[in-house]
Amino acid sequence: MESQPHIRDISGNTALDEAQRVKRFEERIQAGERIEPKDWMPDVYRRQLTRMISQHAHSEVVGMYPEGNWITRAPTLRRKLGLLAKVQDECGHGLYLYCAAETLGVDRSDLTDELLSGKAKYASIFNYPTLSWADIGVIGWLVDGAAIINQTPLAKCSYGPYARAMVHICKEESFHLKQGYEIVTKLAQGNSAQKEMVQESVNRWWWPVLMMFGPSDSDSSNSEDLMRWKVKLFSNDSLRQRFVNGSVAQAKAVKLTLPDPDLRFNEESGNWDYGTINWDEFWQVVKGHGPCNRERMRMSRKKHNDGRWVREAARAYSARHPEK
Amino acid sequence: MSLNAEIRGQLFNYLLRHADDRLVLGHRLSEWCGHGPMLEEDLALANIALDLIGQASLFYKLAAETEANGRSEDDLAFLRDSAEFRNLQLVEQPNGDFAYTIARQFFFDVYDVLFLEQLSLSTEAEISAIGAKALKEAQYHLRHTQQWMLRLGDGTEESHRRLQDAVDDLWRFTQEMFVPDELDHTLTAEVIAPDLETLRSSWQESVEQTLREATLELPEDSQYMTSGSRGGYHTEHLGYLLAEMQVMQRTHPGAAW
Repeated sequence: MESQPHIRDISGNTALDEAQRVKRFEERIQAGERIEPKDWMPDVYRRQLTRMISQHAHSEVVGMYPEGNWITRAPTLRRKLGLLAKVQDECGHGLYLYCAAETLGVDRSDLTDELLSGKAKYASIFNYPTLSWADIGVIGWLVDGAAIINQTPLAKCSYGPYARAMVHICKEESFHLKQGYEIVTKLAQGNSAQKEMVQESVNRWWWPVLMMFGPSDSDSSNSEDLMRWKVKLFSNDSLRQRFVNGSVAQAKAVKLTLPDPDLRFNEESGNWDYGTINWDEFWQVVKGHGPCNRERMRMSRKKHNDGRWVREAARAYSARHPEK
Repeated sequence: MSLNAEIRGQLFNYLLRHADDRLVLGHRLSEWCGHGPMLEEDLALANIALDLIGQASLFYKLAAETEANGRSEDDLAFLRDSAEFRNLQLVEQPNGDFAYTIARQFFFDVYDVLFLEQLSLSTEAEISAIGAKALKEAQYHLRHTQQWMLRLGDGTEESHRRLQDAVDDLWRFTQEMFVPDELDHTLTAEVIAPDLETLRSSWQESVEQTLREATLELPEDSQYMTSGSRGGYHTEHLGYLLAEMQVMQRTHPGAAW
């Protein structure tokens, strides 16, 4: 774009009024340019991205609990190593995303406070319990599978640091998906107890996973601005549909049943139609009334409080030994 | 390996000891995952756990090959009872607070670096290869725990008190690392295994130095010192650890995962 050098300068040019700045900002986005931390951006955009990225970071960190629940009971050495490495990856994603959020002018410790006070949200799916080893496979297959469909487009979103974080994270998530589906396959081909275990797990997770894509488009607020600013690139329902279409074939390949009697192929649209999602359940969980909301918050606060004296010691030590 | 049957049998038991140390300690560290004092430390503890369990896996694999009796590495890890485990009592101690975990890890890491330096010189190629690989990892672990010994010891009054308590409490588990038994003597004579007694003074020196720098007191040796780990004598904690770790294999015999 010819006008690029000018646009880059506008952050220091106070003569431009807000409307002009927004116009230039939107032109840049339309031209496929990335917005970087030092560039001018509308407050709403900054707030929205801070909310999205920190929510995503919180989800990675809280997401360590349901899967971490099985690290000490993983059935083989290989599975133990795989699961531990996976949960460690999630921790790394959390750190990476907090850094991305900090480029927007917020502080990681403030974001953590918001999580612990209950003000900030994290992905609702992590408020469901992991009750069997099969859940570890099913989370990798379905939950990470849904996350990939949600997040892959974000690698093309307009905010540079978030987009780059997504490229890195989606690569690792794809590996988790593979690992999860492998666990599921092994169980589905195993003895009768294993088959039962994995089908029961799919039955429990399927509907909450469909809710991961968020409310139906008709009920989703402020989507329009986000689409125009390329913070959101596809609607909730279209991503959900893409996920359902893919999952049907994957379930069939390992002879598992998805627990939806209304699931059928629609010749006209070429999509798999699915039944009605229980949105009351979704909103209940979002509002803090899911099966594990209290446990997840309790663990998060305990982690924070138990670690306080360690963080204080580290600070005191480095203040006394600035050379180290 | 072209060893006679008797040495092979002894070697199998020897490999199990060192596999068990790593599996049990790695398992303990994995319990921290998601509960550490900061995300950076969640990553670091998980990393050390991954290294240790990875090393355990190599030792079990070689043990299974040495035994050549149809048992797999997973059979060895998941289908033996507490009395058959040969790990040091030190590594099975519950995590306690972060200071306790760090002190436990520090005592082990100082020993482990010294032990692996020697093990990597073993005349048995497969053993020396595992030793050399594990040594690189152990050196990193030691750097990490040494840093924390200093930060906690010379941090705040609270961190100093917590770490001193941990050091005092864990001291009784440290001496048996250097007490060789019949098996050690045999394999040391074959130049397969390190002479544990020669490691003791270096360990003591290194630990004393770090404790001093961390402004901590060296515990007295006169207290009760544990023994018997390598013969299958354990504290009450190991049974619970194994019950949890082995539950899937015990509940579903013969299943593939």
